Amino acid sequence: MSEAVPRIAQIPNLVDLFPDKVQPDTRPGYQGYLVGREHLLEVVQRLRDEYGYDYLSSVTGVDYLPEGKMEVVYHLYKTLGGPALVLKVQMPREDPRVPSLVPLYRGAEFQEREAWDLLGIRFEGHPDLRRILMWEGFAGFPLRKDWREPYFEEEAKPFKSRWPEGFVFRAEDRNPFGDNVQYPPGFDPETWTPPDDEAIYRVLKRASEEDDLHADTLVVNLGPQHPSTHGVFRMVVSLSEETILDLKPVMGYLHRNHEKIGERNTFLQNMPFTDRLDYLCSMSNNFGYALAVEKLMGVKPPERAEYIRVMMAELTRFLNHIFAIGFLLNDLGAYFTPALYAIEERELILDIFEAVSGSRMMCNYFRFGGVARDVSPDILEKVRRLVYDRLPRKVDEMDEFLTRNEIVRERCEGVGVLTAEQAIANSASGPVLRASGVPYDVRRAEPYSIYDRLEFDVAVRYHGDIYDRYLIRLDEMRQSLRILQQVVRDIPEGPIMTGKPQYQVRVPPGEAYGRVEGPKGELGFYVVSNGKPNPWRYHVRAPSFINLTSLVDMARGAKVADVVAILGSIDIVLGEVDR
Amino acid sequence: MTGWGILKSLWVTFKHLVVTYIEDLRYGKRRYFTPEGVEARRSSDVRGIFTVQYPEEKLPVPEAFRYLPFLIYEEGPDGEKQMRCTSCGICAKVCPPQCIWIVRKNDPQTGRPIPTPAAFYIDVDICMNCGFCAEFCPFDAIKMDHDYEIASYDRLSEHIYDLEKLAKPVTYYASIRPTDYALEEAARAQKGSAKKAETTAG
Ligand code: SF4
Ligand code: SF4
Repeated sequence: MSEAVPRIAQIPNLVDLFPDKVQPDTRPGYQGYLVGREHLLEVVQRLRDEYGYDYLSSVTGVDYLPEGKMEVVYHLYKTLGGPALVLKVQMPREDPRVPSLVPLYRGAEFQEREAWDLLGIRFEGHPDLRRILMWEGFAGFPLRKDWREPYFEEEAKPFKSRWPEGFVFRAEDRNPFGDNVQYPPGFDPETWTPPDDEAIYRVLKRASEEDDLHADTLVVNLGPQHPSTHGVFRMVVSLSEETILDLKPVMGYLHRNHEKIGERNTFLQNMPFTDRLDYLCSMSNNFGYALAVEKLMGVKPPERAEYIRVMMAELTRFLNHIFAIGFLLNDLGAYFTPALYAIEERELILDIFEAVSGSRMMCNYFRFGGVARDVSPDILEKVRRLVYDRLPRKVDEMDEFLTRNEIVRERCEGVGVLTAEQAIANSASGPVLRASGVPYDVRRAEPYSIYDRLEFDVAVRYHGDIYDRYLIRLDEMRQSLRILQQVVRDIPEGPIMTGKPQYQVRVPPGEAYGRVEGPKGELGFYVVSNGKPNPWRYHVRAPSFINLTSLVDMARGAKVADVVAILGSIDIVLGEVDR
Repeated sequence: MTGWGILKSLWVTFKHLVVTYIEDLRYGKRRYFTPEGVEARRSSDVRGIFTVQYPEEKLPVPEAFRYLPFLIYEEGPDGEKQMRCTSCGICAKVCPPQCIWIVRKNDPQTGRPIPTPAAFYIDVDICMNCGFCAEFCPFDAIKMDHDYEIASYDRLSEHIYDLEKLAKPVTYYASIRPTDYALEEAARAQKGSAKKAETTAG
């Protein structure tokens, strides 16, 4: 008898449950079910309410140009844990419409807007279907396979012009800026004012007419150029006196269409580009992408490489959390003292990254089936000294420094509350989800690498306010150190790579979704291969981006001065939000 | 007691301040502007101030550090430069932002390719320092440099490196990456002797 699958890990057979409405996806290398678009809402609602699929992790689209089809892909999970249930809706390219899932999962809001923005899939019933990363008035849908960027050269890298007759030129000389952009008909960039702003102001909630005080509603723009927004990020808030009635985040200022670049690149060439997503945590980004492609290729890294990977991922979590706490205190007005204490520890960890990978922040360290370089005994010794001696002391010091401080508590306790129900519905992940009382951690819910063998606890806090989001980061740093101590103790000798390092990897056709528990939350990579050297589809489920869905729930009813601290407590990086 | 937490916070900052002076007294002049001082300020038991006064002080970079590729040449008997590069094109193919441009040399008589580059360009404004070119070059001909101070006044004329600007002697490579160099030389020697054994046997 085969090993019994625990009930939690069983995926219900949807064909039995919904005959005629659902078919299995039988394309080789694919998984999950195809759902007719007219049945989508019904099927998903039953899955959510009766089968516990309460967490919509990822929504994205794929343009299957040769087949003339568009597809929307949904990854559903249970917050109790277990593997994904993958649903797909196919539609003709000329008529890309699907019902919106926002009524069931508010977490779909930004992801559906993104799919509309980049692929032109219309989500019917979406409350606010505007472009999100591109600007309103942009011509075309950039992720469609027949859309070409201004500096277009060829469909896929490597470009033929580079070798053997690589007479160098600069893209901007051949195609000067200004000549290389397409505008919609009748569009004049000089006189145009973005209708986007009007649209935002229109959907903001105002004070109601019957309000006794007849107070005016004031609309305030925080950002995009504002030091407290951690980058170029804008929040439009409507205020009644000082209290926030509604809030709309505006993003995309740093958008570079990472996914389009990724689809031009070869599989390996994407690795250094993932560094630039959440540029504080390049090691975790590498991890997620490597997992997704390894799933497709069916390779497993050797034992030593797994240990090294986990070591790097946990060091990254540590530095991210200590940095996030430091900068949260900046947002509270403790100008730079805690932040600099955090940066000191981060520097020591970056020294390690630099010594193993060659770069402090853009590590580009993971390869499919292993890692790029071995960790020398000296470096291991350095890590050992940090994780056994210095870093635990420093976490305690941070704790002593901030936790009982009355100003911190006054500003953070009970402010920016996100309930567990809201957090799940909003597809929040990482510390934001766990601080609201949902003990969901990918490392435990669907263990990858060697996490199933390591001892650690999933940190959880229950108030869902800024203070708990601060505390949970302290907890997680302690847990990371616990993992690190086991890793340094047990790391085996051996190879660091399965097979020979190759620059052209062969990836069989199919799809894969690789996800890791990044420091900011669930970081997922959805990759579709058609057997060519370049991915057909490359999608990033960015935790910073999706966690921002919860910003409005946290901010509503808070004072305008608190919104900066609330944003700080979510811990976003704009490189990942805007991609 | 209200206020006690704030006092404790201030105590932590105060300790940080005092410890810097204690360390200054303990190390004296050696703490600043000396290589050992810089090294001490990045060790895992450092206390007090961390700051490195760049550019007067510089953190030494580890051997693995990578910043912009360069091409290795070996000096021939008459001092001429023998490029290791065979213009096989692998680095240009693997480069993620496609910033390597190679012109392969062809024999003027036969038109057949000769294994050496006629021209080699790297657009360093586009290079993302990923290190793939060095990692996948089968001839150890391109390696990542340690020199990160390349600011210049004119991007357009200075930031496309050509063969001349890229070429550096193998001795330089051996000096910045001694471990890698030793490993590669050992592998090369082994390969060479294996070949010799084959030819003598055959
Ligand atoms: S540097 Fe190396 S990889 Fe690049 S063309 Fe020359 S020999 Fe080939
Ligand atoms: S380091 Fe990377 S980006 Fe730079 S030239 Fe080499 S392969 Fe290209």
